Amino acid sequence: MKPDIEEVWVYLSTTPLLGLTLTLLTYQAAWWIYQRGNQHPLLNPVLIAVVMLVSILTLTDTHYDTYFDGAQFVHFLLGPATVALAIPLYAQWKRLRSMLAPLLLTLAVGSLTAALSAVGVAALLGASRESMMSLAPKSVTTPIAMGIAESLGGLPSLTAVLVIATGIFGAVVARFVFQALRIEDHAVRGFAIGLASHGIGTARAFQVSEQAGAFAALAMGLNALVTALTLPWILPWLSSLVR
Amino acid sequence: MGIDPGLAREHTREMMMIGALTLLLVFQLIGEVLVRAIELPVPGPVVGMGLLLVALVIRGGPGQDLRNTSNGLLQHLSLLFVPAGAGVMLHFRRLADEWLSLMIALALSTVLAIAVAALLLNALTRHKQGGNGQ
Repeated sequence: MKPDIEEVWVYLSTTPLLGLTLTLLTYQAAWWIYQRGNQHPLLNPVLIAVVMLVSILTLTDTHYDTYFDGAQFVHFLLGPATVALAIPLYAQWKRLRSMLAPLLLTLAVGSLTAALSAVGVAALLGASRESMMSLAPKSVTTPIAMGIAESLGGLPSLTAVLVIATGIFGAVVARFVFQALRIEDHAVRGFAIGLASHGIGTARAFQVSEQAGAFAALAMGLNALVTALTLPWILPWLSSLVR
Repeated sequence: MGIDPGLAREHTREMMMIGALTLLLVFQLIGEVLVRAIELPVPGPVVGMGLLLVALVIRGGPGQDLRNTSNGLLQHLSLLFVPAGAGVMLHFRRLADEWLSLMIALALSTVLAIAVAALLLNALTRHKQGGNGQ
């Protein structure tokens, strides 16, 4: 019996089927928990699914690359899903146009706050320069954040982890921040969460309402653009002032 | 001959979904090409999103099929982040050295960014629209 099981495992561990199925199974389990908990932000489905997956992969000694061979099919859909954000954005087009100036001003202030406060706190805590530069673009969607980190002299792969952590953390805490500050407007809530925690925050916003989701998507896209254009010259300039 | 009309309708609906998916991929492709051609500092799909939004504004809104397909994709947007999220496992060792200071900086600045953006936008829009959403 034993060699048979090993044979089955040898097959499973090399086929993309396992990574793909595992992704969907853990997500379904995480989604079930999230629904049972009335979509409470602390039960964030990305967080729960990732914890389950990493535990399984670590316990079975499966390398991430092997897993990703299968999971890439899910990962690929991020592209068309991002394009699809245009549809809810269009649905909010009227409200969006009426708020254009406030949105742009908030974008500029929020974008700088997200990046500079992260670097500032990390500097106070004695983080290395490399880590600070990897942390700076943490509120920006992953592919751009990695590019920014590289141009700043950070480590793109570390940035990828910090970006995901920021997304999950923002999705988890946003509601508590809004409640404490008495922010009710879903457009405002969505814009803030999309700006601070990109796609994962946007996913959470869509679970709250379509309006929140649309404004989150807008903030995510704009923040990527603004941060990519400004941070690579603002940060070196600031650190030259400090020195 | 002998084709069930209900089945035929089902087929056209599926074809329309494929049409919508093709449209999304075409816009992504245009975005990716543009980003590389004129070296834009944004990912291709974000440019694709912007272009599709412009097309929708010009055309006067999405059709039902495009709306259904995008709803389907966006409803479970969280799922699409799971494979990248599991990539955390590659960096346990590097995170071990400085994880505490990095996590504190990350947490504080994320809360601060959310709070500053929400308060500012709330103040700016309430002036203009007189307490919208309240």
